Amino acid sequence: MTNSIEIKNIGKKYDITHQRGSYVSLRDVITNILKNPFKHAKHKVKKVLGKIEKEEFWALKDINLTIKKGEIIGIIGANGAGKSTLLKLLSKITPPTTGEIKIDGKVASLLEVGTGFHPELTGRENIFLNGAILGMTKKEIVERFDNIVEFSGVKQFLDTPVKRYSSGMYVRLAFAVAAHMEPDILVVDEVLAVGDAEFQKKSLGKLDEVSKTEGRTILFVSHNMVAIQKLCKKTILLEEGKIKMVGETKEVIDFYFHRQGETSKLPLEERKDRKGSGNVRFTKCELLTPSLENRVLKLKLSYKNKTENTYNNIKISVDIKNTNGEHLANITNNVLDQKINIQKGVGSIFLKIINFNLESGEYTFSLFMATDKMNSEILDSVEDVLMFNIDNGGFYNTGKLPPIRSKVFFDFIFNNNKN
Amino acid sequence: MSGIKKIMSKTTIIKPKKTFSFEDIKEIWQYKELAYFFAWRDTKVRYKQTFIGIAWAVFQPFVAMVVFSIFFGTLAKMPSDGVPYPIFVYSGLLFWQFFSSALSETSNSLVGNAGIITKVYFPRLILPISGVVTKFVDFGIASLILVGLMFYYNITPNPIILLILPLLLLITFIAAMGGGLFLASINVKYRDVRYVLPYFIQMLLFVTPVIYPASIAGKWSFLLALNPMTGVIKASRAALFGTEPINWELLGISLIAVLILLVIGIIFFKRTERYFADII
Repeated sequence: MTNSIEIKNIGKKYDITHQRGSYVSLRDVITNILKNPFKHAKHKVKKVLGKIEKEEFWALKDINLTIKKGEIIGIIGANGAGKSTLLKLLSKITPPTTGEIKIDGKVASLLEVGTGFHPELTGRENIFLNGAILGMTKKEIVERFDNIVEFSGVKQFLDTPVKRYSSGMYVRLAFAVAAHMEPDILVVDEVLAVGDAEFQKKSLGKLDEVSKTEGRTILFVSHNMVAIQKLCKKTILLEEGKIKMVGETKEVIDFYFHRQGETSKLPLEERKDRKGSGNVRFTKCELLTPSLENRVLKLKLSYKNKTENTYNNIKISVDIKNTNGEHLANITNNVLDQKINIQKGVGSIFLKIINFNLESGEYTFSLFMATDKMNSEILDSVEDVLMFNIDNGGFYNTGKLPPIRSKVFFDFIFNNNKN
Repeated sequence: MSGIKKIMSKTTIIKPKKTFSFEDIKEIWQYKELAYFFAWRDTKVRYKQTFIGIAWAVFQPFVAMVVFSIFFGTLAKMPSDGVPYPIFVYSGLLFWQFFSSALSETSNSLVGNAGIITKVYFPRLILPISGVVTKFVDFGIASLILVGLMFYYNITPNPIILLILPLLLLITFIAAMGGGLFLASINVKYRDVRYVLPYFIQMLLFVTPVIYPASIAGKWSFLLALNPMTGVIKASRAALFGTEPINWELLGISLIAVLILLVIGIIFFKRTERYFADII
């Protein structure tokens, strides 16, 4: 079989200043020059001569990979491992710093559903706009229009501006357009994470169908291991910008979970695989109620504030996932309008979950903290901070689940004496 | 030849980005449909969002004309080369609005489309190009007022205006593109530029003979000639009102000046293009 993608020695470097998302303002640059012209000139000269070490960060390094035509490859790895960067390089959104990629065929990238959707335009207009942005010609869009509409299921709202759509309709329409691109190589990022379960099933089915079309190459990034296992024969594990493992999907996923278990054994303070500005960091996450009596779970989250400021109105969120990487719950102070403040130095936040009724199994907590303002700054975000086991869990305290899968659970009592 | 599938194969090579090449022009041509869709989107959204819709394109220069006519024409008695002041100032405003709105549209074209730039590839130059193209529609609509004014004041234009109009639009287009490309690039890098820009563009209005005739500058008029929009506005008035012969020499200089501006703009744009998706 011929090669579809050949990646040779690819590397991508970012300057840290860019990564933090802090913008340089022209005003600051000008005032700096005016205040201290000589210092500025000296700095410039040093910079040109390469005497100042820039803070650099290699998001990807020494990536070598050959993908054959018709292969369906999964890409997994922790946050910040370089998965999205790799997809961005393949879709030409950002150029590599070193190396070369040779691609045979037309590439379509789906890094987000609904890129370029305009809220003021109608569904019909957005199909054309989005299709063109994704690389379809007008003729192709016209040809596939009916199929797109049918797949989306929003036929009666075609002439309504999409700002009036429910988020479910919006996502369905957006995915419908994307699903009808017919490229040789399809690059898909974590796009199935949006939408409800039914939509996920439908879109996964569509991807499956697309993948069976002769000779189509697909690269699929996801945290959803179930989906990866279902779609991909072969999987790549990225870790800190390097390829850690390539092989059969099952083997790679097992290896990944094993490793992940090890990283989450590292003390939280020493973990490096985190996102955010780092102005405030979680330092410890303790489970205060290991036995889960009365289905009450208490967590103590310790933090260290590295700045001289206090932060008011912080958004904290705790995510619970199962070992398949499936998202189960998001617990955040936002929904309760509860205010949390971060003081100077060190401190702790306590969380009490009442009616904690997960079924028996293994779960992990992920922590997230951000300022709750317009230009929200992510302070810290760490995945799989704490792993815990529930032996006798479940909604009914018996460890048992209804034999027919239920989406909703109720409290109930059967009684054969009284009514 | 039924049953035989044509196999089209295209090989792409992705490497660290270099500077401008002729491949880029070819690529822009390939993506012309997308440029059309962006222009279509902007036009459509603009007329959907504003309450008075299409009328906005007419309303804006019209109100400016009325205000300028009262303050500069009637009260300050600004000379207008013997032409009624309202039509004199409107002819200038028409090109000025085209230029200034295209300039500000282009300079925001990258930051304003950040969501798309970080998710999909296409030649980035498409964005500023479609930004300027959008403004042609406004120009076309606003020109109708000029036609009305010509009838009202009973002025018959020199038919040469039909010949010279495409040239004047071309010069304005290139001027807005060149300046806009430059500003769009620094706008990505320095986020406060967009707040300064409206003032900067407003200042430009006063060094362009829109509300006053170029002749007012006397022996300093050569300074005005450095501004390419001076040539455009002077030539349009010369053709419309026949007050003076068309200064072809000045137009030629303007054309060369805007071409140089365009080259500088493209070089700048290309040099910063590779960072856009990373820092936007």
